[in-house]
Amino acid sequence: MTTIQLQKPGRRRPGTGRRSPLQGGPLAYAVLIGATVLFVFPFYWTLVGASRTNAEMSSASPALTPGSNLFHNIGEALGQAAIGTALVNSLIVACTVTLGVVLSSTLAGFAFAKLRFRGRSLLLAVTVGTMMIPPQLGVIPLFMVIVKMDLQNKLPSVILPSLVSAFGVFFMRQFLIQALPDELIEAARVDGASSLRIFWSIVLPVARPGMAVLGMLTFMATWNDFFWPIVALSSQNPTVQVALRSLGQGYVQDQSIVMAGTLIGTLPVLVVFALLGRQIVGGIMQGAVKG
Amino acid sequence: MAITTTRSPRPAAPAAERRPRARWGARAAPYGYLAPFFALFAAFGLFPLLYTAYVSLHRVELQTSQQMDWVGFQNYTRLLEDPFFWNALRNTFTIGVLSTVPQLVMALGLAHLLNYKLRGRTFFRVAMLMPYATSVAAATLVFAQLFGRDYGLLNWALSSVGLNPVDWQADTWASQIGVSAVVTWRWTGYNALIYLAGMQAIGHELYESAAMDGASRWKQFLHVTVPGLRPTIIFTVVVSTIGATQLFGEPLLYEGNAGGGISHQYQTLGLYMYEQGWSFFHLGRAAAVAWVMFLLIVLLALANAAIAARRNRTDR
Repeated sequence: MTTIQLQKPGRRRPGTGRRSPLQGGPLAYAVLIGATVLFVFPFYWTLVGASRTNAEMSSASPALTPGSNLFHNIGEALGQAAIGTALVNSLIVACTVTLGVVLSSTLAGFAFAKLRFRGRSLLLAVTVGTMMIPPQLGVIPLFMVIVKMDLQNKLPSVILPSLVSAFGVFFMRQFLIQALPDELIEAARVDGASSLRIFWSIVLPVARPGMAVLGMLTFMATWNDFFWPIVALSSQNPTVQVALRSLGQGYVQDQSIVMAGTLIGTLPVLVVFALLGRQIVGGIMQGAVKG
Repeated sequence: MAITTTRSPRPAAPAAERRPRARWGARAAPYGYLAPFFALFAAFGLFPLLYTAYVSLHRVELQTSQQMDWVGFQNYTRLLEDPFFWNALRNTFTIGVLSTVPQLVMALGLAHLLNYKLRGRTFFRVAMLMPYATSVAAATLVFAQLFGRDYGLLNWALSSVGLNPVDWQADTWASQIGVSAVVTWRWTGYNALIYLAGMQAIGHELYESAAMDGASRWKQFLHVTVPGLRPTIIFTVVVSTIGATQLFGEPLLYEGNAGGGISHQYQTLGLYMYEQGWSFFHLGRAAAVAWVMFLLIVLLALANAAIAARRNRTDR
């Protein structure tokens, strides 16, 4: 298998007969349906909570079906904890970071995959090695840098450190090693194409499926990022995750408004997931085989 | 070495570099591709990593973070004398076990089922990965609601079948199970997919011949799937261990405070570090906690490698 099949991760194997030992029975379906219910139930429960009143949520026998209070609660949540600002902020941050990571990773991934130069293995080792190190280890100096640059509570403080990703470089390198034949680059060189031209008209088109997967994963991870944004941002200018934290922190908690906020914060990623779920599944499985 | 190369032409340049088209521009090009990545990586990734060690040897307070006073290893010794540090270390371990073990066992079982020929298996795969798409914050807030002491759905379900409700917040084990449940829910499907990818690389013939020898499905799972999956299993164990060492968002949001419960009953090291730095303003001590976490991860990774190597030897 030389090309990466992002379209059909669940491809059926040829030549498996009807009496294959891997034919699933009723028990397999029962367990999987049970697991699916467990995986999906919290989402359903968010919707139930977000569409009820706090009184209905905090009664001795809780309501189990969605109610009629959804839009009222969403309005309340948007008013509290600056969730409106937070949504715009998160969108700006996630889109900028995705663009930056995909571009810088494709450039660096191509160099690591296909070009020979001094210090290549050392630089690659440093890049991959830092993937093992916990983000907490860098947070304190990073915070001091942000304070020094006067970026505290401003969006660049969240965007700048995330614009590049060691994982992204490694991912694109693995992708391009397989997807981009050396002969293609050699042929372009013989024809006298410049380095930039080779990247633009040969590497980029070939890299596109990998860039798409990396883009989706980066968007989701950035949207969901929690640790660094709560250190760098205040609840006055939050991302969605920071805003959710301040919703959950109130002294008198209105559960249905917390759930409405959670719903708003989760919905964008769930939409991405509903549209591209198969590709995301495929991307994760591909990454696993090669990681 | 560096001096000789700058003064005289290199005695034996590699063949590729002697070719006429390998001008200076072509040789510099790779660095051009790497520049955007490494410029930001050095400033916001590598420098902070290394600088943390330096910070951990100073007294630095949050409000005056430009002012650093040298204190040597005092931050570390203060840490070792703090009972809350040891409490956090213990909690990180127990919550780590409570979340990682069920997560990986269930993932293995689910991956085995998903490897069967099934109708709608794409649907099952996507549904299993949905929790992965949720944020720590969203998942924890919903679970905290489900685990509520007075009006939580779980206690309602327990009492409706005649069991006593559990205090999922104040009780040590119950609250740790509650925090672990969030982690397990979010990551089981992800790990199942990683296992599934590994299983699909195992030859189909192995299962067929095992079936022909009369091996039951359970036997096939034990004697074909698990051995074939060993590298993947080690990979997921390492990754989840590292993740468990850093647990932060789940315990922070479970009740919404940095203490990890009224008696710190589920405060993890990640949360302890955050409390030191951003609730008590001791950035220097927080940096020391970060280094302890890093050493812990290195130790765990080494232990994993040693166990893996030993198991390989005994198998032969």
